Amino acid sequence: MSATALPPAGLPASAGETKSTYLNWSYSVKDWLLTIDHKRIAVLYLISISIMFLLGGFAAMAIRVELTSPHGQLMTSEVYNKMFTMHGVLMVFFFLVPSIPATLGNFVIPLMIGAKDLAFPRLNLLSWYLYTIGGLMALAAMIMGGVDTGWTFYTPYSSVYSNTNVSLTLVGIFIAGFSSIATGINFIVTVHKMRAPGMTWFRLPLFIWAMYSTSVVIILGTPVVAITLALVVVERLLHLGIFNPALGGDPILFQHMFWFYSHPAVYIMILPSMGIISEIIACFSRKRVFGYSFIAFSSLAIGVFGFLVWGHHMFVTGQSMYTSMVFSALSFIVAVPSAIKVFNWTATMYKGQVWFTAPMIYALGFIGLFTVGGLTGLYLASLAMDVHLNMTYFVVAHFHFVMVGGATLGYLGGLHFWWPKITGRMYPEGWAKLAAAISFVGFNLTFLPQFIVGYLGMPRRYHYYPAEYQIWHVLSSAGASVLAIGYGIPVIYFLWSLKYGPKAGDNPWGAVGLEWMTSSPPPMENFHEIPVVTWEAYDYDSMTESEAQADRESMPGAGAAVRQEAARDAEEGHPETGHPAGD
Amino acid sequence: MSVEVAEEHGHHHDPALQHQFQDMDQQNESYVVGMWTFLVTEIMFFGALFLAYTVYRRENPAVFLEVHHHLDVFKGAVNTMVLLTSSLTMAMAVYHAQMKNRQKQMIYIGITILFAFTFLIIKGFEWEKKFHDHHVPGPHFEYVRGEGEAPIVKAPPTPVVSMRMSNGQNVNFPKDTIEPDFSNKAQLFFSLYFCMTGLHAFHVIIGIGVMGTLFFMLMFKHPNVDYYMPVELAGLYWHFVDIVWIFLFPLFYLIPGS
Amino acid sequence: MNFPFLPERASTFSDQIDALGLVLTSLTIFFTAIVFALLLFFGIRYRRGSKVNRAKPQHHNLAMELTWSIIPLILGLAVFVAAMIPYTQIYNPPANAEEIFVIGKRWMWHIEHTNGIRENNEMHVPMGRPFKLTMISQDVIHGFYVPAFRIKRDAIPGRYNTVWFEATRPGKYHLFCTEYCGTNHSEMGGWVYVMTPGDYADWLKRGGTQGANDARVETAAEQGRELFTTLACSNCHGTQDTVRAPSLVGIYNRPRKLLSGQIVNADDEYLRGAIRKPEDHLLEGYGQVTTMPAYRDDQLTEEQVHNLIVYIKSLGGAAGSPVANGKGPRTAPISNSREGSLGRPAHVTSPGLGGSAAPTNGTTPPTGSTAPGTNGTTPANATPGQPSTAVELKSGAQTTSSPSAPTRNTGSTL
Repeated sequence: MSATALPPAGLPASAGETKSTYLNWSYSVKDWLLTIDHKRIAVLYLISISIMFLLGGFAAMAIRVELTSPHGQLMTSEVYNKMFTMHGVLMVFFFLVPSIPATLGNFVIPLMIGAKDLAFPRLNLLSWYLYTIGGLMALAAMIMGGVDTGWTFYTPYSSVYSNTNVSLTLVGIFIAGFSSIATGINFIVTVHKMRAPGMTWFRLPLFIWAMYSTSVVIILGTPVVAITLALVVVERLLHLGIFNPALGGDPILFQHMFWFYSHPAVYIMILPSMGIISEIIACFSRKRVFGYSFIAFSSLAIGVFGFLVWGHHMFVTGQSMYTSMVFSALSFIVAVPSAIKVFNWTATMYKGQVWFTAPMIYALGFIGLFTVGGLTGLYLASLAMDVHLNMTYFVVAHFHFVMVGGATLGYLGGLHFWWPKITGRMYPEGWAKLAAAISFVGFNLTFLPQFIVGYLGMPRRYHYYPAEYQIWHVLSSAGASVLAIGYGIPVIYFLWSLKYGPKAGDNPWGAVGLEWMTSSPPPMENFHEIPVVTWEAYDYDSMTESEAQADRESMPGAGAAVRQEAARDAEEGHPETGHPAGD
Repeated sequence: MSVEVAEEHGHHHDPALQHQFQDMDQQNESYVVGMWTFLVTEIMFFGALFLAYTVYRRENPAVFLEVHHHLDVFKGAVNTMVLLTSSLTMAMAVYHAQMKNRQKQMIYIGITILFAFTFLIIKGFEWEKKFHDHHVPGPHFEYVRGEGEAPIVKAPPTPVVSMRMSNGQNVNFPKDTIEPDFSNKAQLFFSLYFCMTGLHAFHVIIGIGVMGTLFFMLMFKHPNVDYYMPVELAGLYWHFVDIVWIFLFPLFYLIPGS
Repeated sequence: MNFPFLPERASTFSDQIDALGLVLTSLTIFFTAIVFALLLFFGIRYRRGSKVNRAKPQHHNLAMELTWSIIPLILGLAVFVAAMIPYTQIYNPPANAEEIFVIGKRWMWHIEHTNGIRENNEMHVPMGRPFKLTMISQDVIHGFYVPAFRIKRDAIPGRYNTVWFEATRPGKYHLFCTEYCGTNHSEMGGWVYVMTPGDYADWLKRGGTQGANDARVETAAEQGRELFTTLACSNCHGTQDTVRAPSLVGIYNRPRKLLSGQIVNADDEYLRGAIRKPEDHLLEGYGQVTTMPAYRDDQLTEEQVHNLIVYIKSLGGAAGSPVANGKGPRTAPISNSREGSLGRPAHVTSPGLGGSAAPTNGTTPPTGSTAPGTNGTTPANATPGQPSTAVELKSGAQTTSSPSAPTRNTGSTL
């Protein structure tokens, strides 16, 4: 491979000057709250989303504490019902759906494709405000007495019978939905139109393919749930009968409309995470992802097929058997692209140079836990088995495996991976590995018993339960405590690293990718010069021998340091490197 | 607006060029693709309501057929013409935006706004009559099957006047013997009617706001409208609003059947 | 044999479902183990700095990728088929299944056997016989779940859902509500008692759990007949079809031709709809008459509606699988030659209805019980609201003469 294929290292500002980065060019509140810089907006989102995650997590802890006893001890059933609703609403709508797109997506996408910003920076800022307003409304509803319908808001309970703050919560979710739509529109246009010269579709990092597919799902699905929830509000406030059978409506129509979004929503939650895993596995195997095309197309396939399976949430509602069969068959089919990814990621490590950093541990954990989560989904896609397992703790375990063991683990892996780029600081690697291990153990202890207690018949959303299920709940709650520790530790060291973490170079991981070719943190305009891309994604093969050597022996980032030096020499036409001038 | 770092390239560029774009072509294409993507989301937004309509009409065809006669086809048809014409004037405005003719843009946008208001006014009259007839869903809803409104029936092949209501005459059923569930289904029809035309009217109002803003920006020669794109995007939005009505009108006003 | 990880197996479905579960668990463990093992193996063998052969790494291999796409697909579809078959059985009750009626309401299950025994939050059934549950909710969606039987179906307001089972082992098994329904959702449950046939017979003799103190419990059909009379349904629905209303004798599970020309089956769902929303269920030939008044939630509970349906069923009809479109509308004209045992034949000017007379029944006369007759002109009970009024209206109107007004079918009851 000729030397021109070598990605040039991003040149830092000349020595002696304080680098102007997106973080430090202004510290005023106005320049943060009115920013249109995608990187600052990503940081704003990171803060809001972390707060929502913590609140949803407190609700989870309340649930798990309460469930240690079959008779309840801390709260009445009303409060318990509000707790699990709050947990679901906050986690689904205000954490899982926006987390990766709005934080890591916003930050990384323009950098990865060599753009100065997203296509519509002001729309980006608007989306953060919409998220915040929607979130505040949902929180207000919870503070003012809560809502107890479950995050699925089934009618006619939610539209007629519940006397909690349903409407306020739904309006909050509605507004947050538009935040999501705005992000989706922004990403689609950005990926189509703002790629650097030479960055063809098949040179894109797989994270971009994943985010693109996610964005298409967002814009097609979210409006449907928005209008569905709006109709519930209208029905509640104006006493219409759209979903109320006493007035001629059909409660099952609500379920169809709701799940038409909410199933693709889970792919909105998992696809970005899968994109991150591709990035991490490639970087820490020092190897191009195996089967790039299959993974890229599988992201699209998941997005498309994800829209065709919503009825698998409704197998026991009394819908036609034939309808159920179609949805079941499609649900098995939609599992295949995910299986392809798992096998391809595993194959990427074959003959690679595997480096066990914290992001890599999160990524490996993802692959394992997502496999279990996905396979247990097949139990639920199986018609006769779903009759027994629907609405039991088996379902709860399944979706927590994919959402926590999958999406959240990917999010944490991505946060660790790009933390130096976002903040310019390294987090403490030892603590990170420890936290990853603790959360892995805690996670399994929390959710594996739930498969068992679900198969035994324990229903979901139960405050009181038969005593024979208690042992499983106690195990699960014990695991939850461990998991909480595993999540708490990164909060502490991430905050610590902002002030005390060692400064990170441009490319501490020695990764291939445009985002690593600019400084950490990047300047306002991302690149001093828009790069021209002439190399394939994950072009680790073109590392020279000396780089590879330094890499193997190293210190983080040593390979990159060597490469930077080589590039600088090349600029000056230094004959030693053997690279012609001007590379 | 936040401070920009100075551009590296020193060549002259269009003052409308935003900092994130390399050139005007990229910018124009991005805006258009973005607007179309947004319109796709709007299609899905209305689409869910069209789905609900489809399901309920399929389940209650006779109710929809009978009840929809209470809508004023004439007003609906006039409104259709009004919107179609407004789309034409909007298209003219876009043309003149591309031709950079400020005066003509203002004229056509102004006319479009007038048509939009006309639409809303006619719709207002329609809704007012619905209030008057107690056809607004909710606690005051009342659907009385009026004189001449026979129970749902296909015309029998031979006249059977003698088989009419028990005393042989057309009887005005007293309210409390009207099947309440027919009333519920009628209410369902009107619920869908008000939700869908209401959502549409809401979009018309937003359209008026957008066009009004453009009008005033043109009037005060705001630099942002030296660039044709804002008017073009508003035009796309307005055409979408028009198309939604083109679907609503036949679905609600023109249900086929005797 | 019971494993600690499995609920008890108490129905004919349990073994099948658990076998399916075993297959799924084996597949899950197998593939998970492969993935974990490979990750571990590759991670260790190819760790950074390890001296192994890394020559010629591959970045894609179409054959392998297709293999590990197609094999999971095939396995998945095989599991799909294996799971589909029991599903069709669970929701397809056998013809000889006995019926139990289930109402879910916040926050209890109300169960009514056809023999009239009613239970709250408990269901006593004998083993070895199939039972079909017909379920509905009176408020929000509830889910009826018996883990030991491996069956579940939602009870939805506004329509019937059915599920069936055949219990195989005596015992006491959990009954849960599995669709969140509000504050006491987790307390909305109870027990299913499966009894040996001997014990069940004893239980029946005792009149169910209510005990022997109660007066003889009326069967559902008996209760339905009483309602039929007190609501004056019999004023219009006589032994034979009249211009005013069709007869309900022998119609159960038989085809009916609607005004629109569509042919439907008079099953439970249809009858319930016809009682709740008669204007949607007008039969051909009845388009010009006063439509039957509708009986809303506040006039008839679901239990009462169901009792009426059971009564109508007792008037005869097709047992077992209904014929969908096989038979055309019944077209035998109403004539004086009908020998209803109790009712006077009606005189009808039928040709005006377009050639096909109002459908009649062609089956056996109603099963014998004689109920006190009511005079069609007098509303028989104090049921408030529509029924009385409607009857009065009809009765009153009928006294005015009209050249071809039909003869009133008075006093004919069943």
